[in-house]
Amino acid sequence: MIDVKNIQKSFGDAHILKGISTTFEKGKTSLVIGQSGSGKTVFLKCLLGLFSPEQGSISYDGKIYSELTDAQKRNLRSEIGMVFQGSALFDSMTIMENVMFPLRLFTKQNKSEMEDRADFVLKRVNLEDAHHKMPSEASGGMQKRVAIARAIVNNPKYLFCDEPNSGLDPKTAIVIDNLIQEITDEYNITTVINSHDMNSVMEIGEKIVFLKDGLKAWEGSKETIFKTDNEVVTNFVYSSNLFKKVRKMYLNENE
Amino acid sequence: MYFFTLAVTNFTMQYLHNIGAYFLMIAEMFRKPTKWSVMRTLILKDVDDLIIGSLGIVAFISFFVGGVVTIQTALNISNPLIPKYLIGFATRQSIVLEFAPTFISIIMAGKVGSFITSSIGTMRVTEQIDALEVMGVNALNYLVFPKFIALMLYPFVISIAMFLGILGGLIAVKFGGFGTVEDYILGIQTDFTPFHITYAFIKTFVFAFILATIPSFYGFYMKGGALEVGKASTTSFVWTSVVIILLNYILTQLLLS
Ligand SMILES: Nc1ncnc2c1ncn2[C@@H]1O[C@H](COP(=O)(O)OP(=O)(O)OP(=O)(O)O)[C@@H](O)[C@H]1O
Ligand SMILES: [Mg+2]
Repeated sequence: MIDVKNIQKSFGDAHILKGISTTFEKGKTSLVIGQSGSGKTVFLKCLLGLFSPEQGSISYDGKIYSELTDAQKRNLRSEIGMVFQGSALFDSMTIMENVMFPLRLFTKQNKSEMEDRADFVLKRVNLEDAHHKMPSEASGGMQKRVAIARAIVNNPKYLFCDEPNSGLDPKTAIVIDNLIQEITDEYNITTVINSHDMNSVMEIGEKIVFLKDGLKAWEGSKETIFKTDNEVVTNFVYSSNLFKKVRKMYLNENE
Repeated sequence: MYFFTLAVTNFTMQYLHNIGAYFLMIAEMFRKPTKWSVMRTLILKDVDDLIIGSLGIVAFISFFVGGVVTIQTALNISNPLIPKYLIGFATRQSIVLEFAPTFISIIMAGKVGSFITSSIGTMRVTEQIDALEVMGVNALNYLVFPKFIALMLYPFVISIAMFLGILGGLIAVKFGGFGTVEDYILGIQTDFTPFHITYAFIKTFVFAFILATIPSFYGFYMKGGALEVGKASTTSFVWTSVVIILLNYILTQLLLS
């Protein structure tokens, strides 16, 4: 479980996060949603310790991040998997080497054990015949899946994904969403996903945190997001006509 | 006047800030070392990229510039009272003392330096550096330290440059008819001062350190996107050359006078 208390972050004069508190539970996929530029990536990077917030605290299973020693932080980081918005694959390594990289850092496995494990996770993300390609030779969707494979290869306890399915076709996007949810269930991981994709929200949003103007504007789940009267949420969620119709039908069905 | 003072103060502060950040980076580079099995691969890759990959251009330039230095010297020594072996002597001195260590380092600031800045800068803008940090890797150690180690082989490159420069001179003498090969060989053996070699290699080591760290600094701390990577490479080349030229002056003053 990750407990976030009142975190604030600015860059110079720009106040990006203005005090956000929430919790992300174990074994659940939690979604952070909001418009482009609302601070989702900054929020996630604060959770990861890439940015240090000026105010507030973040605790991982009861341990406050900023109070950990360097060794403890390193230990914690071996339990974190992260999928960056742009995949962030190491472009000097093959896909296989990218996936094996966390194992090389954190385990004492020999080469064949690492290869077996990497093979296994690459299968898990439906990538079987791309092992020796360089990231630049893979399509955007493949890169995302490699990034997910790299994030889960060392059995993380916490998984963070920054827009794992942006830029993908709807079908692949759903495959990736479901994959993340399955992995979360299967290994009982605490998963936090940044998204502005309403399909993801409907598919996997067991918990949803809505950010607007640096504040948490709303919090709920995929069940409650369709019923809420909160105007900022409905403006965001039903910005497309398709979703306006979906909502109408949904409300009619449930009356 | 007020605005002028303000501008100068800002300008100075900016440079002081950069210099401070640069030294902090160097300290950080030696902290929290990356696992050896990973580091070994990185060092080998950088030796390949930075050292082996530069041999071709260095060999080409040294050979021909060596030839040109010799021709120029020969053409300027027209007085029959000056012995012909001085051509070899002058060529050796210019190549060993300045051309190989300094001139080649400026070329390397362009070749190796911009490669380092753009590759690290690209890793910054594509969040690969963040990815390393999330994995608990000390990114400065991971990225800069192997380049520093690889460039410890830089004196080897410079030795080749010296050798080929002098060889280029020999070929020019032989085929240009500027003197005899015997005179040239006598010249390159005349008044040999071992300390000059020491001086040249001290410079080489210092420049190797500069070549590894200043371009890394500009790559690692860059902000922005692909366009800024290009700008950072240019800035990095300018500052690497400026620092090499200044240190060349200071070291020459300290060691030779
Ligand atoms: N390193 C930084 N320095 C300065 N400002 C930053 C930095 N990172 C982000 N910002 C600013 O913070 C704000 C929020 O950015 P962020 O990347 O978190 O948005 P986002 O919600 O992830 O958007 P998107 O959905 O487009 O990814 C933006 O206005 C951005 O300009
Ligand atoms: Mg973002």
